[in-house]
Amino acid sequence: MKYLDLTIDEIRNLLDRKEVTSDELIKESIDKAHQYQEEYNSFVTILDEAKHNYEGSTIINGIPYALKDNYSTKGILTTASSNILSNYVPVYDATVVQKLNKSGAVLMGKTVLDELAMGDSGTTGHTGIVKNPWDKKRIIGGSSAGSAASVALGIVPFALGSDTGDSVRKPAAYGGVVGFKPTYGRISRYGLFAFASSLDHVGYFTRSVKDAAYLTDILKGKDERDMTSLPDNDEVYVSGLENDIKGRKLFYIKEVCNIDSYQDQTDEELKALLNNFHEVIEKCRQLGFIVEEVSIDRDLLNALYPSYMCISCAEATSNNANLTGILFGLPGKGNNVDEIMFDARTRGFSEFIKRRFIMGSFVLQKENQDKLFLNASRVRRMIVDKINELFKEYDGLIMPSSEGVAPIINSKKDKLSDRYLILGNHLVIGNFGGFPSISLPSGFVNGLPVSVNLTGRQFEDGLTLNMAYKIESVLGYKGQVAKGVK
Amino acid sequence: MYKVVIGLEVHCELKTKSKNFSYATNDYSETPNIYLDTVDLGFPGILPVANKEAVKSALKIAMALNCENPDEVIFDRKNYFYPDLPKGYQITQSHKPMGINGYLMVNVDDEDIKVDIHDLHLEEDTASLDHFNEYSLINYNRSGIPLIEIVTEPCLHSSKEAIAFLEALRSVILYCGVSDARSDLGQMRCDVNISLMKEDATEFGTKVEIKNINSFTKVKEAIEYEIERQTEVLNSGGTIIMETRRFDDEDMKTYSMRSKVDAVDYKYFLEPNMPPIKLTKEFLDEIRSQIPMLQYERINLYINEYGLSRYDATTLVKEKKMADYFEETIKDGTDAKLASNWITSIVLGHLNKFQVEIDQIYLTPAMLVSLIKMVNDGKISSKQAKEVLYKVLEEEKDPVTIVDELGIKQIENDEEIRSMVVEILDANLPLIEEYRKGRNVFDFFVGQVMKRTKGQANPTLTAKIIKEEIEKR
Repeated sequence: MKYLDLTIDEIRNLLDRKEVTSDELIKESIDKAHQYQEEYNSFVTILDEAKHNYEGSTIINGIPYALKDNYSTKGILTTASSNILSNYVPVYDATVVQKLNKSGAVLMGKTVLDELAMGDSGTTGHTGIVKNPWDKKRIIGGSSAGSAASVALGIVPFALGSDTGDSVRKPAAYGGVVGFKPTYGRISRYGLFAFASSLDHVGYFTRSVKDAAYLTDILKGKDERDMTSLPDNDEVYVSGLENDIKGRKLFYIKEVCNIDSYQDQTDEELKALLNNFHEVIEKCRQLGFIVEEVSIDRDLLNALYPSYMCISCAEATSNNANLTGILFGLPGKGNNVDEIMFDARTRGFSEFIKRRFIMGSFVLQKENQDKLFLNASRVRRMIVDKINELFKEYDGLIMPSSEGVAPIINSKKDKLSDRYLILGNHLVIGNFGGFPSISLPSGFVNGLPVSVNLTGRQFEDGLTLNMAYKIESVLGYKGQVAKGVK
Repeated sequence: MYKVVIGLEVHCELKTKSKNFSYATNDYSETPNIYLDTVDLGFPGILPVANKEAVKSALKIAMALNCENPDEVIFDRKNYFYPDLPKGYQITQSHKPMGINGYLMVNVDDEDIKVDIHDLHLEEDTASLDHFNEYSLINYNRSGIPLIEIVTEPCLHSSKEAIAFLEALRSVILYCGVSDARSDLGQMRCDVNISLMKEDATEFGTKVEIKNINSFTKVKEAIEYEIERQTEVLNSGGTIIMETRRFDDEDMKTYSMRSKVDAVDYKYFLEPNMPPIKLTKEFLDEIRSQIPMLQYERINLYINEYGLSRYDATTLVKEKKMADYFEETIKDGTDAKLASNWITSIVLGHLNKFQVEIDQIYLTPAMLVSLIKMVNDGKISSKQAKEVLYKVLEEEKDPVTIVDELGIKQIENDEEIRSMVVEILDANLPLIEEYRKGRNVFDFFVGQVMKRTKGQANPTLTAKIIKEEIEKR
């Protein structure tokens, strides 16, 4: 019996034809989760008691899913993979969890993330490193590491992550699955533990673009608990997937996608990655897309990562100021409240997190705020303005999703190299502008999955999914799970 | 001698249905931790949602204080750690407050002063803490209650001015109906900034902030103590330290809490979870139209247009519903002075005696009008009217019924009174002689008529007839 490496609509068919029951799916999912846990460490919590008790007809009814452990789940441990929340059991469900529950989907486990969703490696969670199902020596990437791994492993057909810089789309690329985050506000963030509120998005891992569209239809909508959530619209995303895309225009950024722009042009992996990308571009053209190369000021691109760090750390230091151990979480010790909070935060956060808080605090200080935090916000605006200007002519931005294949665990990277600085960080454009953005598996380099990313205009989730669906159809990696996994 | 310079920061909780950024009930309760929501507890994943009523109320007070309003509503985060602040930051307004550059006219000892308002902003209250020897308790009922903070310029110069301003501000808040502004429930609290400067100095002295004083009396005491303390320090050649002090209401002294040198950097930045709310002209106009005429304007109207004394005018406007009652009474031309007299004497006396509010009594402005009219028309005497008014208030029946029941009416019949007067004069001939000699016995004759008529004779008419009849003799 093996059903959970299928796509949502394939599983739906089997359920409807009574070839499998929801209970069997849940059991398969939980069994697999346990089976792979020691090796890959996808989960903080596996819900052995998960049950299906919903009468209704939605596409995901009776299908198990995994949830990043930074979504609030009533009565279920939610740690954000941090020691400071290692005992925290929320009293409320996030809006997305309520919606999934109401649709009959069955939560089977909470997945490991980089501590407090701050990280890109999946190695900093308080319960250990999440490994890449394609190669255990490698990272799956973060911060939504366990969710990416659980879909790549075939434990669940879909899993929720969160995406503040690229935290869904990058691990999706490393895991050979689809990763999508819709327009900022399309889906309520209520109950998603805030990392950087102006950049945080709900996102998900699936095995097909269509599955991502199904989930968007279920999860979208105005939430009275999230003022940034967008008004309801009548668009049914899944029904627009087949729309004709002939004549749609895409662009890619010359400075990122051409090997000539790099100092080291001999790197085989980089060459193979960019070749893969240009093959995809060719296929897009064959599909009827017009794809053009656009040049963007290199200084602006170089400023992406530092600006992201300034803004995200600043918001993070404030957003996580509620973690004091006073009302919930790791209880601190001390003779007065200051000592108690100090102790809880000293023991509760890893060094890595403290470093980010210090950076965030530093850039917000009165004497630094204009030069650092506010300048970063200005850079953000300039980049978004530039992309929006290009979006007047183009329907989407297509780029490689990552700077290479999934790195070896604990390998060092030169964060200031042009490869890392721009190729490895351009996905943040999607967060800066709140654009819908999706990563699609596009092939292999050295036996490891690589991916392309498509970013569309703000609010145009439908068109973005429509274009991605068409591209997916000629790439041939729909429904992919990690090869070689027992 | 030194010149005293005072600036106030006044906090006032708003009376909205729900809290400022959550759906929890906004109310006061003796039972701790019953009015709360995930948001007020600062749980991970919560998001603030702006309260439209709170926004409207804050804008309303800003307008009533003659402030300029912003083009949009935005909020900022003020970041600091304290157990009464569950989110680790307070949502407030630093970049675009609800109002800036306003003023409030205040009457101090019959003189009008203009108190400049630096700004008014909307923020949220913190939880409340109770400290015990071994532990502290946190009550989150107050956490997230909408709070407006009104900051004056350093333009007040005595405790008297400060208190007059606070009273006037409180009245604006009450008139606008946005808060009960009860200091005893902590709904209105005040920080006092105070410094002394030499009479001829051009720069302010070093200021000291006295935090969180929760009654006007204590504000007065704190200011007076602080003036005394700073004067002593300066006179003995010392310097004032920039610091935050607290007022101890047991020994009426202020004590240093912390120096301002190591002041916290609150790292204000824009609250990212609440997109800017554009303020349209229509929206602002609608709020403006809901501001009633305020105390200061009403006092001037009553004095200048209705000819009332400042004392009576001030008494009438103390509460908006009293002023409204008065205005309702005189709206169709009833004499303002008469109306004011009835209200400030008997009605107010009744309210005080029975501890009731003007809108809880049986007597409506219309009834008062009919009573005054009966007197004016000579149907009953003012003495009778007084009796009727008491009965109306106590027996809760309208004046006409009371007049009927008591059988009181005024004897207006000239013949009837005249024959009575003739009889009385006949029986008191010596007194007429006394009267002619200049002795004041006139009231005796009137008294006799009243006695016979049980007070029902029209006193004016009676006096006229007595005069005529004496002269005839």
